[in-house]
Amino acid sequence: MRFEVIVSLRFLREGRFQTLLTLAGVAVGVAVIVFLSALISGLQTSLVANTLGSQPHVVVRPQDETARRMVAEGEAAVAARVEKVAVRTRTLPDWPLNLTRIERVPGVVATSPIAAGAAFVVKGDVSKAVALRGVDTDRFDRIVNITGRLKGGRFRLDGNDVVLGVGLARDLGLGIGDKVRLVTEGGRSDVFTVGGLFDLGAKDLNERWVLASIRNAQTLLNLEDGITSIEVRVDSIFDADRMAADITDRTGLVAETWMDINRPLLVGLKSQNMSSWMIQFFVVLAVALGIASVLVVAVVQKSREIGILKAIGTSTRQTMAIFLLQGALLGLVGSALGCALGAVLAVGFRSMAVAPDGSPIFPVDLTWTRFAAASAMATVVGMVAAVAPARRAARLDPAEVIRYG
Amino acid sequence: MADPNELPTGEGPATAASVGPILRLEGVRKSFGKKVITEVLHGIDLVVNPGEFVAMVGPSGAGKSTLLNLVGLLDRPTSGRIFLDGTDTSTLNDAGLTRFRGEKIGFVFQHHHLLPAFTTLENVMMPLLVHRGSPDDEMRERARQLLVRVGLEDKITARASDLSGGQQQRVAVARALAMHPPLVLADEPTGNLDTHAADQVFDLLREFNREFRGAFVIVTHDLRLANRCDRIVAIVDGVIESDTWKTGGDRAT
Repeated sequence: MRFEVIVSLRFLREGRFQTLLTLAGVAVGVAVIVFLSALISGLQTSLVANTLGSQPHVVVRPQDETARRMVAEGEAAVAARVEKVAVRTRTLPDWPLNLTRIERVPGVVATSPIAAGAAFVVKGDVSKAVALRGVDTDRFDRIVNITGRLKGGRFRLDGNDVVLGVGLARDLGLGIGDKVRLVTEGGRSDVFTVGGLFDLGAKDLNERWVLASIRNAQTLLNLEDGITSIEVRVDSIFDADRMAADITDRTGLVAETWMDINRPLLVGLKSQNMSSWMIQFFVVLAVALGIASVLVVAVVQKSREIGILKAIGTSTRQTMAIFLLQGALLGLVGSALGCALGAVLAVGFRSMAVAPDGSPIFPVDLTWTRFAAASAMATVVGMVAAVAPARRAARLDPAEVIRYG
Repeated sequence: MADPNELPTGEGPATAASVGPILRLEGVRKSFGKKVITEVLHGIDLVVNPGEFVAMVGPSGAGKSTLLNLVGLLDRPTSGRIFLDGTDTSTLNDAGLTRFRGEKIGFVFQHHHLLPAFTTLENVMMPLLVHRGSPDDEMRERARQLLVRVGLEDKITARASDLSGGQQQRVAVARALAMHPPLVLADEPTGNLDTHAADQVFDLLREFNREFRGAFVIVTHDLRLANRCDRIVAIVDGVIESDTWKTGGDRAT
């Protein structure tokens, strides 16, 4: 071991209570950081997962039609009001080609063509407005996992089978195997059999979604063989913007991301991140001030020893190193304790707060990189905090402290 | 070890390199203060040869400690030059001065000044550790032998703070010799000790002076001990008032 390491370790050991209190302070600070960041990251991950569990990451739809002014060029002073076309183009142009183009975009992991429109479900005297969605079961399962969230029946759309939400089934008193009539605005209608019931965890979807085969939806919605949108899943949700832009470039179609659709959620996540960073910053600041103050006191307490060390040939650089090392060691050891404490807190919190089904209400995200980052941060902060005390130690005049010490 | 009865000639193992005087002061002056300047030393000229055992006496405030700090390279003179082992110390920068001090000078302070966080062995090793950077068996053995020489082999693992004042000062003497320095400076090394412990420490300094052939400069108020040195330099009011060679000192001839 190097001379500087030996001396700084011994000085810390000599500090006893002072050292212990400082380590406890660093440990508490690091534990707060580890716990808080693990909790917030876990919450955010589960919040995003819950939100996106029943949503595609990107929806590709036709461009809005733009109305042009029907006025000849060169005529002066025309009062014209240009209104937007009320109904957008109903189907995607060249969709099989565009589907292939979208699948080629890097990062796209699943695509599902959708033929969707408004319809009514009629059961006896009751009718309810629903969103009829014609899907391919395999493809759609990869966008929104229906099979995994079935409450009864199965997710097959052969023949005239439909699959609908538990909310809608309850409203209309429907069960598996029951017959319903679907009516669209053009007066087209057909009778379908309820083949499965799903619960997506979102009331709106459970009450409004009726899934049918693409063929049946196309017929009812009078789309011929067109589809209305393509839903896309990507591998990295926070890169959805970039992939959507790529899709638009390749197809000329409009691509909306989950971020466009869930703007308030994203703003919420961002402000949560901000406040989390704020808290962590001030905790780090408090830890740094704690280390700095204890080392300033240590320099005063140890000034006689520092004087002796200098008299017997310890250089200014070695003296600096002794105190910088003490700061780093306080940070490193304190953060190791803090990581353990933070992990215990997080795991305890997770096991205390559980939903009735035993699943944790507060998911925590404990990864080793979080611990490594916290420890590295605390070590560097400890060393930086030690700079001022170390300089004081280095400036001590040995002649003076030996004479009066 | 050389025959202890042989006259010191400056050719002991630690001082083999030095042929001239180990210490030479030329017109050394030292002032303190910024607004009100007080000159404490008014031009000191002094030569100390290898192997000499010098007492520095004088009333309090005469400038003995100031002079010792200058000679010990803990401070720089306001003017004049100090040659240590042939090197003009005014040419060294602060880092060089620190290193030179560690190599050439052993200190024994009045308040023994050991490092309480370390054992006696570690305290004696410390100058070697500072110099070499990391501990090795050779320096442990050298420190152990020195502790044996000062009669503290049973206190090797004791904390410095658990020793009596006399024992601590003997450890300090051992530490001052760890680097085999050509010059040992002692600032009232027996000032805080009873007569018996003071004699023990003084005897050790004397013995080491004979064995290692290093020059010793000892600031003391104790005239009884001063009279046992080879040479007495008296400082009064910042000048050397007298410089006497003793024939009746305990130098064995």
